[in-house]
Amino acid sequence: MKGEPKDLKFTVNGKTVELKVKPKALLLDVLRNDLKLTGTRTGCEVSACGACTVNLDGKAVRACSILALQANGHDVVTIEGVADGDKLHPIQQAMVDHGAIECGFCTSGMVLSARALLAENPKPTIEDIKKAIQGNLCADSGYVKYIEAIQMAAAKMRGGE
Amino acid sequence: MAETFGDYAILGKPIRRVEAVAKVTGQAKYANDIEVADMLYGFVKRSPHPHARILNIDTSKAEKLPGVKAVITGKDFNGFKWGWSNPTRDEEPLAVKKVRYLYEGVAAVAAIDKDIAEEACDLIEVEYDPLPGVFTREEAMQPGAPLVHDNRPGNVTVEYHWNFGDVDKAFAGSYLVRKDTFNTPRMAKGYIEPPATVAYWPDPNRLVFIGAKGSPYFPYRILSRCFNLPLSHVRIIAPFIGCDFGGTKNDMTNGDFSAVMLAKKAGKPVKVVNTQFDTLTTDLRRHPMAVTMTTGVTKDGIITGIHNEIISDGGAYTRMSPLTHFLTGICMGMPYHLPNFKHDVACYFTNNCSSAAMRGHGIYHTAFARECQMDMIADELGIDRVEIRQRNVIKNPKPGTIYETINGAHLATAGTEECLTKVAAAVKWEQIKKKEKVKGNKAYGIGFATGCYLSGTQLSAHNACAAIVRVCEDGSVNYLTGATDVGMGSDTVGSAIVAEILGLTIEDVDIKRVDTAFTPADPGSYGSRVTVLAGEAAINAAEDAKHQLREFAAKKLGAMEDEIVFKGKQVFVKSNTARSMSWERLVRAACYDAPGRVIIGRGHSKRSTDLHTLADFSTGKGDIGTNYSFTAQAAQIEVDVETGVVRCTDDNNVIAHDCGFPLNTQAVETQVLGGSYHQGVAAALYEEFKMDKGLTVNPNFVDYARPRAYEAPMTDVLHVITNDPFGPFGAKEASEGSCCSAPPAIINAIHDATGVWIKDLPAQPEKVYWALQEQKKNKSKKK
Repeated sequence: MKGEPKDLKFTVNGKTVELKVKPKALLLDVLRNDLKLTGTRTGCEVSACGACTVNLDGKAVRACSILALQANGHDVVTIEGVADGDKLHPIQQAMVDHGAIECGFCTSGMVLSARALLAENPKPTIEDIKKAIQGNLCADSGYVKYIEAIQMAAAKMRGGE
Repeated sequence: MAETFGDYAILGKPIRRVEAVAKVTGQAKYANDIEVADMLYGFVKRSPHPHARILNIDTSKAEKLPGVKAVITGKDFNGFKWGWSNPTRDEEPLAVKKVRYLYEGVAAVAAIDKDIAEEACDLIEVEYDPLPGVFTREEAMQPGAPLVHDNRPGNVTVEYHWNFGDVDKAFAGSYLVRKDTFNTPRMAKGYIEPPATVAYWPDPNRLVFIGAKGSPYFPYRILSRCFNLPLSHVRIIAPFIGCDFGGTKNDMTNGDFSAVMLAKKAGKPVKVVNTQFDTLTTDLRRHPMAVTMTTGVTKDGIITGIHNEIISDGGAYTRMSPLTHFLTGICMGMPYHLPNFKHDVACYFTNNCSSAAMRGHGIYHTAFARECQMDMIADELGIDRVEIRQRNVIKNPKPGTIYETINGAHLATAGTEECLTKVAAAVKWEQIKKKEKVKGNKAYGIGFATGCYLSGTQLSAHNACAAIVRVCEDGSVNYLTGATDVGMGSDTVGSAIVAEILGLTIEDVDIKRVDTAFTPADPGSYGSRVTVLAGEAAINAAEDAKHQLREFAAKKLGAMEDEIVFKGKQVFVKSNTARSMSWERLVRAACYDAPGRVIIGRGHSKRSTDLHTLADFSTGKGDIGTNYSFTAQAAQIEVDVETGVVRCTDDNNVIAHDCGFPLNTQAVETQVLGGSYHQGVAAALYEEFKMDKGLTVNPNFVDYARPRAYEAPMTDVLHVITNDPFGPFGAKEASEGSCCSAPPAIINAIHDATGVWIKDLPAQPEKVYWALQEQKKNKSKKK
């Protein structure tokens, strides 16, 4: 019947997750409300601010703009799955060290957009980085230190660390 | 940029934020991430009219919907009204008899899930009698215009008329007098995190409120009055906050009050989360103002007097408008020497959603007018644009001396001259100004502007600000403050100050988020006050704790108390450093000695109340700041002369900032980049709410276009050190001043590139395009 919960099976942060979700449920709602992964932020819900960015099969995707069921059979990484245990990902480490973070509300989305970029393009120019995070609004950092931090992380990752 | 300043162990260097890892791993909890057992979801029913009498509200159908646990209307609040100060309490938690702006809350529902709560709101039947409204300040000031508040004739929210010296005489003796009108638009605060609140009542007389509040002691006092509770029973807890910028997260919303009342009525916790649509239609905005500035100058470009005439749209309720309009004039006596000054400002009620504080509060509007007009005057007199500023700027007072502005503000330091020199040198102004400006269909220009801002706001009430430093028996330290970090980095700076004074590392100091049950009262995050005043309180509390330990250390080490030094987690005798013990051993010994000590240091800010004469709102005389920050900025832009699109270039965008002494250099840089770029460039080129009879036409981040990463100039930040004697370790505020200098710098750059003046912000492409067309037409006429 229409509106009845349906089965969803996908990988979240490396673990297989199976649950029943309403067909109208957004990926954002399932991550935040069902899986309690609240690091994915709810900003605008119209795909304009990027605070809910996750990686879907490695690509940066706005979790507010796809249905949870569209992720069926796919691989999702949220901010909670980026670090390796206590060891921060180079992107996270660079943002911390470089003082890119202010209020932090956009940070999860910035990390995930950068992660998708560096997976595809290990040596991005400043223009490439600006393009990759153009969907992520930040209200208080002025973007500059995020851009520089992503460049630093790329250099570090190329260095084999 | 790893510049360091001063001779400190921690301060004056880049300091890693204490909460950065929690934020970068997604572990930081914002209000919307908070869940409490058995929690219900609240939803606010909003008015479809911008101005209407409420004749009746029927909630019976909503109450019968399965899953609904409580329904409230404005009547549940028993006539309670609130506002910025006692005489301006003109707003109800939910409107009772009349709505004054579109989407004002009139009722609310709590239910077992969000969808049911929203559906129940649809079932509430409200009968309205729509009234004619006033939607612009010009409409509001017409004789016989509909009144937004029946008891406020002429729709005047607030007005000030100040007079210092004699501007008429000054103008009569001036070589040139210019009068120009500039417009600043209605702007969103721009935080990405919509406000959210969770409220519950552990027992019928005790309230817990967890909300995105930059000034938690505002709801503490307001909710105490609203629910007739002693302050000791009101517990406000601040989660992480996704920016504020003044206004809504200082103040209360329909949703905040509703969450508390619904929780009381349902006997269960209630969470209310604004959507971004709610935020962009009902949260407080920047005041749109028309600033008419008349300035007289000598032949050499020296200012003889300024007269401001300002009209402003305050929206439906007073909120902080008395402060906003006071601020439009109070800092006019800086950064340029001003010998005669007249200020006439009036704010009007309209049926738009209310206006309030926003970064660069008040000062932003007049700074924009002054800095653009300065360029107009420079061009008219044939004086270089940097040179005319240097001629007028207040020189940095010699140590031990104070400069007093015409309206009685006191400056011990003023680094504008050095800021200007540094930015002009950084962009190689002398060389670049001779360069060809047009390349194909692109024109390039550079603009300059200065900015200033009050720091450590001093107001006449609720100024108390304190800190507690609790030394645990293992040597670790808790630092408690009522000051709220909304993203600017004050938790880090406060912790760093405590660590610096106790000779510890910042990792030894733990800071808790504000919880009014435990932290001392503090006015909150506004008016660039936290670093200066809460910083001073942190110094005093850490010194108090140190004093208690020093007494014990002197006995243990057999030395005079003033010989004891705390440094590098060691405590030693100054004249014989071999006589030492570790910090940890000292603390353990002090706590375990009979009778054991409990080391709790406390301190409060004294400067906030003791320093100068508080500014008088009616005369405009006195100090609003404990000290004042200064900025100079160069902005380079590129104008597409065919389309009118303006963008900042990555070259030649430089800001020099005198924040006295940068306690955390890295945080100052990020703040200045964000404060200057986001709030300044955004205001100059992009952001404006479009209104149609009270309706916000562009209430989303697609139509309300905000600058994105590819529109961000890679700006350089230069530090100017003035070591202000009134600030903690010489510090003043960082980055609100730079928010004020960016819009005029960019508008001046557009003029430099093309010769057209955009006097109404923002310089969106269409506006620039038509200005260029007009210029073309005029040029061909002359031929």
